[in-house]
Amino acid sequence: MKALKSEKLNVEEELCKGCGICVTFCPKNVLKIEDGKVAIVDIDSCIQCGLCELRCPDYAIYLGGK
Amino acid sequence: MGNNLIEKYYRTERLPHIWCPGCGNGIVLRAIVKAIDNLGLNKDDICVVSGIGCSSRATGYLDFNTVHTTHGRALAFATGIKLANPNLHVIVITGDGDCAAIGGNHLIHAARRNIDITTVVFNNNIYGMTGGQYSPTTPTGDKGTTAPYGNIDPNFDLCELAKSAGATYVSRSTVYGANMITKQVEEGIKNKGFSFIEALTICPTYYGRKNKKGDAPEMINQLKEMTINVDAYYKLPQEKREGRIVIGELYRVQREEYIEKYNRLINSF
Amino acid sequence: MTENNKRLMQGNEACVEGAIAAGMRFFAGYPITPSTEIAEISAAKLPRIGGKFIQMEDEIASISAIIGASLTGVKAMTATSGPGFSLKQEGIGYAIMAEVPCVIVNVQRGGPSTGLPTSPAQGDIMQARWGTHGEHSIIALYPSTVKEIFDTTIRAFNLSEKYRTPVILLMDEVIAHMREAVDLPDISEIKIYNRKKPSVGPEEYKPYKVLKGNIVPEMANIGEGYRYHVTGLIHDESGAPTNDNRIAEELVLRLVNKIENNLDDIVYYEKYELDDAEEAIVAFGATARSAKSAIDTLRAKGRRIGMFRPITIWPSPKKQLTELAKKVKRIMVVEMNMGQYLLEVERIAGKYTEVLGYGRVNGELVTPKEIVRFVEEG
Repeated sequence: MKALKSEKLNVEEELCKGCGICVTFCPKNVLKIEDGKVAIVDIDSCIQCGLCELRCPDYAIYLGGK
Repeated sequence: MGNNLIEKYYRTERLPHIWCPGCGNGIVLRAIVKAIDNLGLNKDDICVVSGIGCSSRATGYLDFNTVHTTHGRALAFATGIKLANPNLHVIVITGDGDCAAIGGNHLIHAARRNIDITTVVFNNNIYGMTGGQYSPTTPTGDKGTTAPYGNIDPNFDLCELAKSAGATYVSRSTVYGANMITKQVEEGIKNKGFSFIEALTICPTYYGRKNKKGDAPEMINQLKEMTINVDAYYKLPQEKREGRIVIGELYRVQREEYIEKYNRLINSF
Repeated sequence: MTENNKRLMQGNEACVEGAIAAGMRFFAGYPITPSTEIAEISAAKLPRIGGKFIQMEDEIASISAIIGASLTGVKAMTATSGPGFSLKQEGIGYAIMAEVPCVIVNVQRGGPSTGLPTSPAQGDIMQARWGTHGEHSIIALYPSTVKEIFDTTIRAFNLSEKYRTPVILLMDEVIAHMREAVDLPDISEIKIYNRKKPSVGPEEYKPYKVLKGNIVPEMANIGEGYRYHVTGLIHDESGAPTNDNRIAEELVLRLVNKIENNLDDIVYYEKYELDDAEEAIVAFGATARSAKSAIDTLRAKGRRIGMFRPITIWPSPKKQLTELAKKVKRIMVVEMNMGQYLLEVERIAGKYTEVLGYGRVNGELVTPKEIVRFVEEG
């Protein structure tokens, strides 16, 4: 499965409002809310499903990019 | 910011947006932008028009031609824009109060004309901007600040309304399945006529709190549980259909578009 | 001018002819007496010249649609009467704030409410000025003959384009429905003003910034590569909504001052027999026609009386009214209401001369005879 890991998971902290949607829907418990913001706590488990990005209302977490 | 989609289509200098933590509007808006990206449309050819309310603030964040109008009138402004410049892809962003209450008449008549406008209703079942009053889509019995003892009004089925009024593409989706919103907006833009997409979204701050629906993730999960895809729905026996909200493509029909008719008139002279 | 250009024309028809001459290619309206002919004639004429007519579902939808059309660069107009004009106020406020050129015709009728649908009245003077909420200025023009409706409609479009503001054309039912011979000017003789388009590229363009030497921001048409935001909220130069108190004040004052600081350009009026006048009547629209006749009668009796007729009813012709007030012993304001414009004349002229008012609200015209009696006895 390593070949899939081409896109990096990014967080834009200043956009995060800490709603916890991404944390709930992450199937691999990669994320956590710390001090009111999302934090990546287990990047090795990330399967790049993109659910966090899809459901983040604040554009604070996304895969890939520049 | 390195998020390509957001970078390309948003006025990123205006982010973060004004919506509350957990508000579903940002999810719907991203889904719309994704549809535009998937269709490969030129940003200059897109005009997004909105009314007043939480969802209508969306236009301010988008890097298209954007018009934030008066309460309920987005479709009336959009009709003028589309009729005056038919080359534009006109997309209307509106809310349940904006579109079904104060703007209800404009919705009916835009649908009746079958003018080529794609309307996306962000339905969060409440007036959020003013602090949580019940709207035409607040479920009967639910509470709002103006329905402290529970709403006695029957709530509107907006898709049925749009279909009856003459819309030629009608669909419903939720922020749980944001990819479905994207697909439907693509279909709506491709449809030459009036397209109506109801995106069920969440307002944890007012509707959720007032009705003890839990936090944003819980409310998104409730949307999943309350809804059923149109194909599965019709396979259910009648008695099991009660209370389920149908999502998916609900209606599609061919009918001549308004401006095409008008142009035929112009060309007849 | 050729003989061919002379036509017998109704006031409402002259309004449409003027609008088309000014470049109107979009009309949205809703049927209402006594303005309906403007919609009917627009519906017949516009598609023949590639323009668009649409009958919207209501008055608010109509003004919303013309604002939308104007944003794409098409000159647009709507027409209504008193009850509909009340509904238009929402859109008028938006067009002021977003600086969208458009023309709103109000063929007045008796009110309040449904009132006297087919009778003349001049009861919307103050509604034209203050009908929409919030601090603002407004341009409202008031023609007095069918020919002048033609000319004034063109002026309304020109001012609207030049100052990026809605312009109200106030008309009287009797002139709207009256037929008079009109000498239509050659199209080449008509002076047309079109909104100033951006002098900079999209990258540099700030939709609400007034560049040096301009009165208003340059206006890009939707769909021509300048993607910007239009809103009825207080906004900064980029069009972005803001709650900044300093920006709010700057914007509101700019919107007011772009009109109030250009009165010499905006104010049109007629002076009738004023050179040697010792007393003056102020009247407009149909009432001014009766006043003229009354003045002729009174002059024949040896009275030195004249008339000042504002064609631009808002903003007020302050300078002209002040000059007049300093010259005459008294000013009599005659109007088909109970003293709306009188208030404005008193405000401007009251400290220099005596100001009297004569009005009526029964749906009948003020007759020359009445005016003569008022002048002689009042």
